[in-house]
Amino acid sequence: MRRRIAPYLLVLPGGLWLVVFLVVPLVFMASVSTQEGDVVNGFAQTFRIANYIDALVEYKTQFLRSAGYGLAGTVLAIALAYPMAYWIAFKAGARKSTYLLLVLLPFFVSFVLRTVSWKFLLADDGILLQPLKDAGLLPADFHVLQTTVAVVGGLTYNYLPFMVLPIYVALERVDPRIVEASADLYATRRDTFTRVVLPLSLPGVFAGVLMTFVPMTADYVNAAILGGPANTMIGNIIQTEYLVNNDYPAGAALSFTLMAAMLIGIFAYARALGTENVLEAAAR
Amino acid sequence: MSGPVSPAVPASARQAPEQGPVRRRRVRWGDRLLYGYTWLILLWLFAPIAVMIAFGFNDTKSKSNVSWQGFTFKWWGRLGDYPDLTTAVVNSITIALLATIVTTVLGTLMGIALGRYRFRGQAATNLVMFAAISSPELVMGASLLSLFVSLGVQTGYLTIVLAHVLFAVSFVAVTVRARVVGLDRSIEEAARDLGASTWITFWRVTFPMILPGVVSGALLAFALSIDDFVITQFTSGATITFPLWIYGAVRIGVPPQVNILGTLIFAVGVAIAVINSVTARRRA
Repeated sequence: MRRRIAPYLLVLPGGLWLVVFLVVPLVFMASVSTQEGDVVNGFAQTFRIANYIDALVEYKTQFLRSAGYGLAGTVLAIALAYPMAYWIAFKAGARKSTYLLLVLLPFFVSFVLRTVSWKFLLADDGILLQPLKDAGLLPADFHVLQTTVAVVGGLTYNYLPFMVLPIYVALERVDPRIVEASADLYATRRDTFTRVVLPLSLPGVFAGVLMTFVPMTADYVNAAILGGPANTMIGNIIQTEYLVNNDYPAGAALSFTLMAAMLIGIFAYARALGTENVLEAAAR
Repeated sequence: MSGPVSPAVPASARQAPEQGPVRRRRVRWGDRLLYGYTWLILLWLFAPIAVMIAFGFNDTKSKSNVSWQGFTFKWWGRLGDYPDLTTAVVNSITIALLATIVTTVLGTLMGIALGRYRFRGQAATNLVMFAAISSPELVMGASLLSLFVSLGVQTGYLTIVLAHVLFAVSFVAVTVRARVVGLDRSIEEAARDLGASTWITFWRVTFPMILPGVVSGALLAFALSIDDFVITQFTSGATITFPLWIYGAVRIGVPPQVNILGTLIFAVGVAIAVINSVTARRRA
């Protein structure tokens, strides 16, 4: 009897916390998203579905731009992270954990401060561009900040470790005997990689995509600090609606649309991989 | 590209006499390339950290701290120049401590339940935890604010703590679960055979064995909390934390004091991570 209720007692406090502050707020946000009114006179529930249509029509550019930035950042992250994860998993030997710590080093600096540091680095009169301008290698009005390159670069930078780690974990798990077997069966090094190692590491890439694409697309810090008016992402709009305009219904409708779009993708991933595997990868 | 360690000749190349000398050289060049590449990416990852540290020593005259104007220690003596910045840092630390305590207790209980028992609702628990880990912070923040606005709850210090527990608890649970799953249960059985009660067995045998998982989880929770920006911004009301203060200062210029405080947090974080990994290796 005691054994049977024990797991429920253990899960209850944390589980309640998650339900009350993760699931219930979503219900409230759904409710807010169809309300009308303003912060002075209060909001009333009118089940105005048109909030969604208004939001989509007005901000479809920012939606598409966010998806584009997220996609570009994710592809860049895969390209940058894979060779590095490969080297650490197969060639770093006893120093593996040291290299992993080095990959995680940026996380010891606050996300906002890291992004601000990039702003320092890339500033028009900063330590990188000013010397090049003085030397005549760059035109005086050359700038990186307030461009798409700066924002996508910042996104890639900030989320790169989330791509390296899951790919590393997947590669680390590849049984060396399988690689040997492949060589014994006369596969070339290239064949061994493309037909044995790469397919075995794909779950890691999938987990990495999940862990980078979602936060990149919903990010607004990089666009706010490194970008200009032409780089506004959907996150910036939602943040402004909630915290500056106090237009909660519009913000809620936008958040819900964003979440719905992402949930479809996440569940497709989770189904393909099994939630436990993705969680395990996410925890490392 | 010169790193602190030189690449070792891979063992496979040494023990493969059937591979010709031309082949062996090709292999080594590929490894060298990957090694150099890995360090290139690592340097890219470190660049803004180096800038952050360096500009804490910049003898800047203007409000914008982007161009190098000489070395000085003077900002270290003037760390308290901005009382609201000091308050923000203290808030960040105390919020992280409070959130870590609550998160560690709730997450450890969940982790034990998930790792040890099979129970109804386990899949649902995993799913909610997965949602908490993978849903964008923006959506979590927006939905929490929707809840608080709908119920007329004043956002501030406590709502920040609440939100931090929410996003960190799943990470702790997953970390502890991994440790519980790997436990050798025969040790606990031995304790029971030797006459220990359930309670004694847990505190004297089980808990010490899962402690490394609990400590890693607690450190992760602290790091997640002290670094957080997005959910904090949505749930902060008038309360300011360190990342929020920096974000607010970006437009008018970030003073060198921020760099120094960032450097101190970075140094402490790295020290703790190194100590943790060294002691974990000794225990293993």
